Amino acid sequence: MNLTKNGNGNGGLGQVRDRLSLDPLRDAWAGAPAAVRWIVYGLLIIGGLLLPSESIGSFMAPSGVDWPGMLSTQIAIYVLLAIGLNVVVGMAGLLDLGYVAFYAVGAYTMAIFATKYHWTFWESLVLAIAFSALAGVILGAPTLRLRGDYLAIVTLGFGEIVKRTANNSDYVNGPRGVQGIPHPPSLSEWEILGVQPLKYGLLDARPYYYLLLLFIIVSIIFVKRLERSRVGRAWASIREDEDAAELMGVPTFKFKLAAFAIGAAIGGSGGVVYASQQTSITPLNFEFIVSALILAGVVLGGSGNLPGVMLGAALLAWLPERFRELKDYRMLIFGAALVVMMIFRPEGLWPSRQRKAELAEGTGGMGSLGAEVAVPEHDGPGPVETREEGK
Amino acid sequence: MLDDFINQFWPSTIDGLALGAIYALLALGYTMVYGVLRLINFAHADIFMVGTFAALWTARSMGVSDVGGFALIGVVVLMAVVAGTVAGGGAMLLEATAYRPLRKKGASRLAALISAIGASIFIQQLMGTVGVRWIFGTSKEGGKLDVNEHFKDLSNVVDTGGIVIRNDQLIIFVGAVLMMVALDQFVNRTRLGRGIRSTAQDPETAVLMGVNIDRVVSATFLVGGIMAGVAAALYFLRFETTNYFVGFLLGIKAFTAAVLGGIGNIRGALAGGFTLGLLEMYGSSIFGSQWRDVVAFTLLILVLMFRPTGILGESLQRARA
Repeated sequence: MNLTKNGNGNGGLGQVRDRLSLDPLRDAWAGAPAAVRWIVYGLLIIGGLLLPSESIGSFMAPSGVDWPGMLSTQIAIYVLLAIGLNVVVGMAGLLDLGYVAFYAVGAYTMAIFATKYHWTFWESLVLAIAFSALAGVILGAPTLRLRGDYLAIVTLGFGEIVKRTANNSDYVNGPRGVQGIPHPPSLSEWEILGVQPLKYGLLDARPYYYLLLLFIIVSIIFVKRLERSRVGRAWASIREDEDAAELMGVPTFKFKLAAFAIGAAIGGSGGVVYASQQTSITPLNFEFIVSALILAGVVLGGSGNLPGVMLGAALLAWLPERFRELKDYRMLIFGAALVVMMIFRPEGLWPSRQRKAELAEGTGGMGSLGAEVAVPEHDGPGPVETREEGK
Repeated sequence: MLDDFINQFWPSTIDGLALGAIYALLALGYTMVYGVLRLINFAHADIFMVGTFAALWTARSMGVSDVGGFALIGVVVLMAVVAGTVAGGGAMLLEATAYRPLRKKGASRLAALISAIGASIFIQQLMGTVGVRWIFGTSKEGGKLDVNEHFKDLSNVVDTGGIVIRNDQLIIFVGAVLMMVALDQFVNRTRLGRGIRSTAQDPETAVLMGVNIDRVVSATFLVGGIMAGVAAALYFLRFETTNYFVGFLLGIKAFTAAVLGGIGNIRGALAGGFTLGLLEMYGSSIFGSQWRDVVAFTLLILVLMFRPTGILGESLQRARA
């Protein structure tokens, strides 16, 4: 087994992978002066603002599909949820298979408080984020002492409990769901380039997209700052070796709980926008497949690397919609694509260099498959990266 | 509420045992794969789903209805053989295509999990879009509907007034127990079974001792698939209906059962399956059947809070990192 591995050496594949390496770009980025970086950030935001325009939409969306609608109800939501899930899975290394539960808590909080108590959108938003974070703590407090796959199955169970409770409760109309959730109140009639970005109505999906874009940018800043703080370092240490982290005096339980709560809060904020744009939600919106797709987006993009995660989630949301003409077969192809992707690029499309090194060196937090007899890989860029990581 | 529970006690016990037997058979596949590869094999539920279709096909091609007694046992055995073969082969194919390449590259477990989810979606959709139409030759969107076949005669084998056991419940229970005993013997007595156990304990040492890991992993999937196929035949006997997403919820429940019993532990899967089946039925007689799944998952969380390694603990598997 070892011999075949080193002998055949994945020759062709390794070369392709080297060419796909993003290292030159990363080095350029790392060496770029602050001004350049800010310009790039600015350009990215402008790009994000221009994304719903028709010229991009004509390529991105098949004819007859509302591209801004697709962008706001699918892609932006998925990207936001992936950023939230990345905190839990990518940064703290906790496998969460029931992330959709927090999305559901956010959406249902919005729905209940807006329809039954007539709270405004912004009031409900704050409450929904608080409730989702609380749900994260409620789930996390008893279960975060579990590790690995036990945690995964418990979170999966929690996701199902939330969905089925919503399905069985007459208070939220059971399987029929909540209807008549108000749109957010319009902030102003201000118009630019034919768009009224602050007027939330029924027809134009673009204002919701801009709202989600704002959420995404805020989340990115928040998560990035966290990643570089004491909290982020604690998460990394928990991800790599929880026992060692504990012994080094990292209060692992506290930080794991924080990761759950923060991830949940971001997921909840996505649910709020979804509920207020759709104006009706049913338990069917919160199936396990949503959790699975977002997790797939996180891993496909490169777990732990924010740009990669966003790319992965956007691709996962966009591809099935783009190829609608394939109808029933798109999910079939999607399933096969996930498998193929994991076989040829298991670290994801755009992994962070640190994570890649961790994966090359050892188990990278999640551990490797059981019946794998580890072979030190000396071909390829492994050791180089490890050295760079060390400096 | 409590009156319902007392009135329904015997019916729910018997139905719970039959249901639990199916969970337990399915849980065996999860627990064995987890023990050897430490992978939650999400696609196992879909292997089961394929098995239910094989059972359906068998029942249909025999064209029987309302059979009882020994004829029914014969029909079920034939269904189980066909479903077990199809599901076992499917599971081996699944391992060779979706997991083996990852294993060879030493991919992370997260990547393997995503591959499992992808394979699960693929099998489901393959059945839903192409498979059903191909097998049954219907032009309608067969996979999007429930497919069912009525073939059994629902007569009671035991009827003491208080305790009523239907023949399908008895066959499910006995059939499942027989399969479990056979599996237990296989794992504990045979050479390949010893290979499975040693790989689960320590794969590196197992390789050094001359265990052919690829063969062991294949065998694990094959055995797990056969168990899923038999579970599928028994499931079909009980419910007489299937569809392309039938595996999902049952799969989660079966994995829950495996975790309840202590994952990686074969006898634990058994204990977990029956516990889950019974408590689910008791729970639904107390709270109403729509809360059945909530009861099951709440139970899972509660058990893991107080006994994080399940009822019987982990044994097939080395201590977790």
